[in-house]
Amino acid sequence: MRSLIGERQWPALSATAYVHVLPPAQRFVLRGDAAARAAAESALGVPVPQQACRAGTDGARAALWLGPDEWLLVAPAADQEAQGALEHALGGLAHSLVEVSHRQLGLLVSGPEAERLLNAGCPLDLDIGPFPVGMCTRTMLSKAEVVLWRTGTQEFRLEVWRSFAPYVTAYLAEAARGI
Amino acid sequence: MNEGLRSAHGGSIDRSQVLHFRFDGRPYTGVAGDTLASALLANGVHLMGRSFKYHRPRGVLAAGAEEPNALVTVRRDAARETPNLRATQVELYEGLDAVSQNRWPSLAFDVGALNDLLAPFIPAGFYYKTFMWPKRAWHALYEPRIRAAAGLGRSPTQPDPDRYATRHAHCDVLVVGAGPAGLAAAQAAALAGARVILCDEQAQLGGSLLSAPASPAARELPGTLAALAANPRVTLLPRTTAFGYFPHNSVGLSERLTEHLANPAPDAPRERQWQVRAREVVLATGAIERPLVFPGNDRPGVMLAGAARTFLNRYGVLAGTRAVLVTACDEAYQAAYDLQEAHVYIACIADVRAENTASAAARAAGIPVMTQATVLGTGGRLRVNSVELARCADGLVSERTQQPCDLVLISGGYTPSVHLHSQSRGKLTWSEPLQAFVPGAAIERVRSAGACRGVFAPEAARADGTAQGAAAAAEALDPQRSGVDPAHGAPRTAAAPARAPDGALAGALPQGGKTRRRAFVDWQNDVTSKDLALALREGFRSIEHVKRYTTTGMATDQGKTSNLNALGIVSRALERPIPEVGLTTFRMPYTPVTFGAFAGVARGDLFDPIRRTPTHGWAESRGAVFEDVGLWKRARYFPRAGEDMHAAVARECLAVRAACGLFDASTLGKIEVVGRDAATFMNRLYVNAWSNLAVGRCRYGILLRDDGFVYDDGVVARIGESRFHVTTTTGGAPRVLAMMEDFLQTEWPDLSVWLTSTTEQWAVIAVQGPKARELLAPLVDVDITAAAFPHMSVALGHILGVPMRLFRVSFTGELGFEINVPADYGAAVWEAVWQAGQPFGMTPYGTESMHVLRAEKGYIIVGQDTDGTVTPDDAGLSWAIGKSKPDFVGKRSLKRPAMNAPERRQLVGLLTQDPKVVLEEGSQVMAQPNAPVPTRPLGHVTSSYFSAVLGRSIALALVSGGRARSGQTLYVPGASGEAPVQVSPTVFYDPTGARINA
Repeated sequence: MRSLIGERQWPALSATAYVHVLPPAQRFVLRGDAAARAAAESALGVPVPQQACRAGTDGARAALWLGPDEWLLVAPAADQEAQGALEHALGGLAHSLVEVSHRQLGLLVSGPEAERLLNAGCPLDLDIGPFPVGMCTRTMLSKAEVVLWRTGTQEFRLEVWRSFAPYVTAYLAEAARGI
Repeated sequence: MNEGLRSAHGGSIDRSQVLHFRFDGRPYTGVAGDTLASALLANGVHLMGRSFKYHRPRGVLAAGAEEPNALVTVRRDAARETPNLRATQVELYEGLDAVSQNRWPSLAFDVGALNDLLAPFIPAGFYYKTFMWPKRAWHALYEPRIRAAAGLGRSPTQPDPDRYATRHAHCDVLVVGAGPAGLAAAQAAALAGARVILCDEQAQLGGSLLSAPASPAARELPGTLAALAANPRVTLLPRTTAFGYFPHNSVGLSERLTEHLANPAPDAPRERQWQVRAREVVLATGAIERPLVFPGNDRPGVMLAGAARTFLNRYGVLAGTRAVLVTACDEAYQAAYDLQEAHVYIACIADVRAENTASAAARAAGIPVMTQATVLGTGGRLRVNSVELARCADGLVSERTQQPCDLVLISGGYTPSVHLHSQSRGKLTWSEPLQAFVPGAAIERVRSAGACRGVFAPEAARADGTAQGAAAAAEALDPQRSGVDPAHGAPRTAAAPARAPDGALAGALPQGGKTRRRAFVDWQNDVTSKDLALALREGFRSIEHVKRYTTTGMATDQGKTSNLNALGIVSRALERPIPEVGLTTFRMPYTPVTFGAFAGVARGDLFDPIRRTPTHGWAESRGAVFEDVGLWKRARYFPRAGEDMHAAVARECLAVRAACGLFDASTLGKIEVVGRDAATFMNRLYVNAWSNLAVGRCRYGILLRDDGFVYDDGVVARIGESRFHVTTTTGGAPRVLAMMEDFLQTEWPDLSVWLTSTTEQWAVIAVQGPKARELLAPLVDVDITAAAFPHMSVALGHILGVPMRLFRVSFTGELGFEINVPADYGAAVWEAVWQAGQPFGMTPYGTESMHVLRAEKGYIIVGQDTDGTVTPDDAGLSWAIGKSKPDFVGKRSLKRPAMNAPERRQLVGLLTQDPKVVLEEGSQVMAQPNAPVPTRPLGHVTSSYFSAVLGRSIALALVSGGRARSGQTLYVPGASGEAPVQVSPTVFYDPTGARINA
């Protein structure tokens, strides 16, 4: 039922950069202390990073460090266990777990020019050295706030609030002409 | 090829590729590699423009970005007409169509040149004195006429059809300028392993090497560029001007991508603006040759010596056939030698200095040389045909001679281009031997190399570039180093070598007495040495004042060729050294940048994000009219055929009151407040008492600022013991979250509570009206009977199997529900509710009806009925305050006596005597009819509508001591007369609340 975004086809933007809408996913914002972090890590079975701006993942589930006490947890839509496991593990601990599955959606920006495409509107240094695979951060893409996560040398995942997604995709399509 | 003045060989042009172009409609040819200026000179055309004020004929003075005269408009089509381009920077392409500016009917015969005859009457600042009477005529007559007579090119009138790209980039070392110093700096930095960006404003990298092809560095140029291009960590950016230096080593670059192409791809961006964040910056921006100031120095054919050399050596163009060189430095002699070798007859060299080695060498080479020389004037009209030379020693003029020529080369030495260093807040120091300012201590992490800090000789500049590039790379790559924090005045560049300079002059050539003829200081703004003298006579002393009075240095070239001569003249007249006179500020941009490059992609639909709700498409398909609320598009009303807004709103409102309405409330801000201390946090922040709010219940919350004024409001639901679902106004969502986070992190870090924005997680479907329960009950798995689910309840459940948070809340005064479902399900649930509502007469309504419905009930809208100076009591909301709470944000401010003064403006209702009169929102409220002006009003109208259900108009107003005035008659003046109004309670409809609790 991804009505807002699913209506449009997103073709390759240029010969060297692509944008795809990722399938729906479960998302939770976890806020809490070290104990909550550890509990979430054991419940999800993926590293919930302590290092700033790093993502832990096993390919399906992922935990993105967004702040000293804040993580974005992502699991496939069909993952039946994730939420229950989290709630169970965190039960007695001081924490906040809020579902935001529908708040945002994922975009995949890939290709040899992905870095340059994003740098049209993102002021960060996206060179592989300072922004290695596995790094993630909240940042701006032109006038929209996004979570940017490098999932490969030529592949980035963007988490975008749903009402900003048409802007972000249209922006990237326009920016791709200027790579 | 009819270019009579092209050399047979040499230069970096391709003579085999002939290009056709037009200038003022006349066809010419040039060759690939030409600029418009070089191609015109090759055709013997020196006259390229008319001056700004006097419309004097002007030729090309320089060969680069500093050109003040040859400003042209280049036309591609009606929408692509770019004015004020320097012909020396316009690359020639097949079919180029350029026109001159500021002349009518033609460049050679310009009626505006009448101004030149009137020159004695229109000196600097004439418009300040002359056009004083009658006062009104300034705007109506004088200013438009003056603007029409003086000017530059016209800006295009059609929307810009081109695309513009933007890019952020980071590097270890940014090198600005690809002359000998810049290339060496880039090489050295690249060798050290740094990420390097090298930019240069010209089409070809090489800078001054391109004008001196015989030098060793010039011969190595192709190899140097190839090596840099092959390095993946080096980015070479030709046609790219570093136009501005911003804090923390952020440098703005403007890259021109298609301006030089005859047929650019229609989709390709015209320019790309770079924002480069560099760990270290090396400025290798070179130097600009300084003209000499003497009478008639602006005649076409008078040219900077280095420019003539560039036109010859780089473009193979002879700027004349019989030349006179007037110089104050050694460097210019080389131009004479180069031209002589190209068979230009050098009639004479006039050196303003005493006998020196350069003059002796020239004389030995057979060129006549006059030393201690000055120029008393030039002859010719559209082209110089003679120059009047004389010897001037101790103020006495002797040995006057008239020298026929068609080219006068001038050189007052070189001015280091310190623009970017100065923009970076770096200090400038005066160099007496160079007669110029050079970079001093830096603030940012920047260093200068080569000619831009007075190291002129190519080999020395190259060595300097290597040293600065290596030093920059070492600092950038220092493992201890992080970030781009400013260096804070630490010396970044060693003092320039104190080598004896070639000579330089800042000021005017001596005339041995008064002369009536004008010597130009600022070519582009037509400022003469006399104008400067006039400004000083009139008492201006600060160079900043002199600049503004005379407009010297204020043209589009920002005084690149004129500032130091103006300073020299002022300094001599004031008998104060130049550093004491000071220097005007260098501002960005270095050269003009198009607006499009700044706008980039942010235009049209991409100017700002447009946020749409999950049901936007449904509303659109029903013909909704939308309004902008922040970045959101909200359905304002749903007109049926033939309905205007008032008719549609009246129908929608009546439907809600009589049956039920459907409303999209998804844009409301939502914040999930979760944690053991959630209730404590809410108690401290909002005015209300939260501890006693039971799980499953809602409360209307009010948030104040520290100063006690209403900041935001919204319904807050307690979902669990430690979980609140807080709603905010649509526009207030981000700032409320920021305020909460601020308090949490700075004031109450001890609280175990966290905040998460859930605005977009939920689609919010409001079902309002007496039929709401009946139609909704079959769809949900929650008992919503009046007893089980009273007003201000919240429950978790499902609607048609979709998880939901169901609120029983109302902003209409009717029985109402707000269904929160995960946003992906929003459109489907909305459609299902809509179908279920059909038998009950359900009507969709928009924000305009919502405003009317809430006003009928006296519910405020923060930001409309409040304005940042309204306390809860002013708004009639003191009932909401938790009186027994020890503290909340704003509580102490509310205790100030002024916050409780009886004359404070309080929210009241206003009923017009004539029920059909709808007051204008924002109107003043007066105590007396026909009050004389000025009279202090009692207050103003905040909300005003026609209420269909009441059959009359209603209004809310903030009125001084308003509640005590209940029943009084007040007066509201408006465009169509003054309306008597009666002060009433704020609740106009169903004051007992029977309907909401149904």
